[in-house]
Amino acid sequence: MLAFLVSAIRLGMTFLLGSTGETITEKAGHLNLGIPGVMCVGAACGCYAEYLYFTEVGIDIDPTLAILIPMLAALLGAAAMGLLFSFLTITLRANQNMTGLAITTLGVGMSEYIINEASIIFTKGSRYFRAPLLEIPELEWFGELFLGHGIFVYLALAIALITTYVLNKTRIGLHLRAVGENPATADAAGINVSLYRYVATCVGCGIAGLGGLSFIMDYLKGNWEYCVDAIGWLSIALVIFTVWKPNLAIIGSIVFGALYVASSYIPGVSFAGKELFKMLPYVVTILVLIFTSMRKNRDHQPPQSLGLSYFREER
Amino acid sequence: MERPLALECRGITKTFGSVVANKNCDLQVYHGEILAILGENGSGKTTLMNMVAGIYFPDEGQIYVDGKEVTIASPKDAFSYRIGMIHQHFKLVDVFTACENVALGVEDKGRYRLADVRRKVIEITQRYGFVIDPDKRVADMSVSEKQTVEIIKVLYRGADILILDEPTAVLTPQETEKLFNVLRRMREDNKSVIIITHKLHEVLSLSDRVAVLRRGEYVGTVQTAEADENSLTEMMMGVKVELNIHRSEPKDTKERLVVKNLHSVNDEGKPVLNGVSFTAYSGEILGIAGIAGSGQRELLESIAGLYHLTEGEITYIDPKTDAHENLRDKTPIEIRDLGVRLSFVPEDRLGMGLVGNMDIVDNMMLRSYQKGRGMFLHRREPRDLAQHIIEDLQVVTPGASTPVRQLSGGNVQKVLVGREIAAAPSVLMAAYPVRGLDVNASYTIYNLLNHQKEQGVAVIFVGEDLDVLMELCDRIMVINSGMVTGIVDGRTARKDEIGLLMTKSNKEGE
Repeated sequence: MLAFLVSAIRLGMTFLLGSTGETITEKAGHLNLGIPGVMCVGAACGCYAEYLYFTEVGIDIDPTLAILIPMLAALLGAAAMGLLFSFLTITLRANQNMTGLAITTLGVGMSEYIINEASIIFTKGSRYFRAPLLEIPELEWFGELFLGHGIFVYLALAIALITTYVLNKTRIGLHLRAVGENPATADAAGINVSLYRYVATCVGCGIAGLGGLSFIMDYLKGNWEYCVDAIGWLSIALVIFTVWKPNLAIIGSIVFGALYVASSYIPGVSFAGKELFKMLPYVVTILVLIFTSMRKNRDHQPPQSLGLSYFREER
Repeated sequence: MERPLALECRGITKTFGSVVANKNCDLQVYHGEILAILGENGSGKTTLMNMVAGIYFPDEGQIYVDGKEVTIASPKDAFSYRIGMIHQHFKLVDVFTACENVALGVEDKGRYRLADVRRKVIEITQRYGFVIDPDKRVADMSVSEKQTVEIIKVLYRGADILILDEPTAVLTPQETEKLFNVLRRMREDNKSVIIITHKLHEVLSLSDRVAVLRRGEYVGTVQTAEADENSLTEMMMGVKVELNIHRSEPKDTKERLVVKNLHSVNDEGKPVLNGVSFTAYSGEILGIAGIAGSGQRELLESIAGLYHLTEGEITYIDPKTDAHENLRDKTPIEIRDLGVRLSFVPEDRLGMGLVGNMDIVDNMMLRSYQKGRGMFLHRREPRDLAQHIIEDLQVVTPGASTPVRQLSGGNVQKVLVGREIAAAPSVLMAAYPVRGLDVNASYTIYNLLNHQKEQGVAVIFVGEDLDVLMELCDRIMVINSGMVTGIVDGRTARKDEIGLLMTKSNKEGE
């Protein structure tokens, strides 16, 4: 049971990073379906940087750098994908859905190329990411459940909480939400709509990229698997599931994580059964969509201009 | 005496593609005055003001604020020169409260605290006599409240030059009077108020001076005191026009449409029609007056078979056979084939009835495509009809094959109304057919409706402008919150009487 919860939390935090990133992007009115690709690229860049760092220094490894370098690489790699998405959709006014899907395809391909240049085993680096925050054996299960995770779990929590605060309590958040709800209004109010969308998309993608890295380094213990994009799709579903609220997403992500890993902890489930189990998060998301659209509560609706490009002088 | 200029435009030119919106426009505004900008639709009033407010950037010309030449490249620049614009379509975020909307885009120093914004908002409302709840969500507000938020927003930024784009188009007479009082207080506060409008009586009652634009060109500015309706119209149109609606006595009236006790609820479960009953006669124009969103749209749509009713009956008496038909059993297409036609001009004009990316001919075919034989469309008839409408209603368009989206709003409306009239209906329902149209085009439409009435059509006309309703309609039905609060005679009714009926049950309810 404990192992199940720990596993659900660790996978959940991967979802949380992905969905927080996507939420920031969507709050600015950008529906970025490129998130799966972005997470792939983030994961691959991070892993590649780790590989380069280890080859460079040999055995003389600095634990802080072993964490920081891959993170920075993941952040930058993913943000670069965000920049590409922004350039296509904001500056060149391409359709957001099409661009997003293209970015996903591109990202998946790029990540496979990058990984082929390095290796698919990063268990050595993974140890640094999985080093527990605090080890207090006296606390037994409590310690393991709340304090025994690697850095990514706490980072994800912090980012989700900070995002909630920024969105709801600061001027930047107010402006960002206005840009996503009604860009013409924001524009007339003197807010630089394009700048907000560029920055939100890049920052969001950067965060999602970290999520990709956390999936490989934390949840998979450094064993590369070609399924990071699946995590990306679930992250997008999580945004809807938690009605665009990163603080709700903290709980939602653990629920998703639990549903996703549940099959491994129930004895006697066949392979096909496991795959069916992995569908559960999507089923839950569909149920939430049905439920929220029936309630028509204004608090639970997507940003009004989600997916729509904005051109000031259009007549 | 030479007063200091607050704002001056010199030689402003702006083109969109091949369309010239403004050509060499000049404008002067003094401190402490109300300037009206008057012009037909598509004469470039809004475009010119949008350049002052930083929404568009002029291709040529200079703008001076307090005598100094300035470059206004964005709304932010406009704010920094204390220029604020209240747009015709409100620029508010629906899910935000009044305060949050006011705080939007303001770069105050120090931390962002909503409580501070709130305090300042209340201060402004007290100074100018607004009534508004600062914590109310915009989505829950009435049109007049939204407008108030817009004005507060501009004042909050400390604007000294306020531009209002057709502010009264959506207000009741009482609300309009309140707004004008607020504007007069601003004038006393030495602010400059620019009001864009095409309603002549408002210009005459409110403004100090009038600047007139015609087809994007600046015609001139006159003192309001020295102008009257005829002289202003002449300036606007360039020719003398007669502004009279020839209202003939209804002839040979017969019951055509009997509506009894209609009830319906909207998606959120709130009642929108609450026991509406009336009778429409042939050869008569029945006006429907009411604050926007009182159930006008739902009423007309339910007659056309487009809106679900929970209760009530609609009986149509066929002029040829005298047969009584129950419209509630019929599909929208069957109702249309009986000769009951609806032309609804929504706020965004294109939202219902026309497809923006299709040309005029294709839009004509939206109504007749079922007539074709076999699987192929017959294009000749719609093309003739389109040509006919373009000529009869003087639609300004490069041709019948131009996408409707590229026409100006007034011309889009002519296409929409023209199409419905062309079908020779026996009941014609026109909702806001002149919404946003200039004087000349409006009168074209009024005369079209009158012509229909003389041919024995039962015309139902939903309008915003009470003066027009009183000039055009034989009877005026006033509805409020989905209830009929009174039916008055169009020839004898008084404006304040109708205004009271428009808000009547509200006050009783509170």
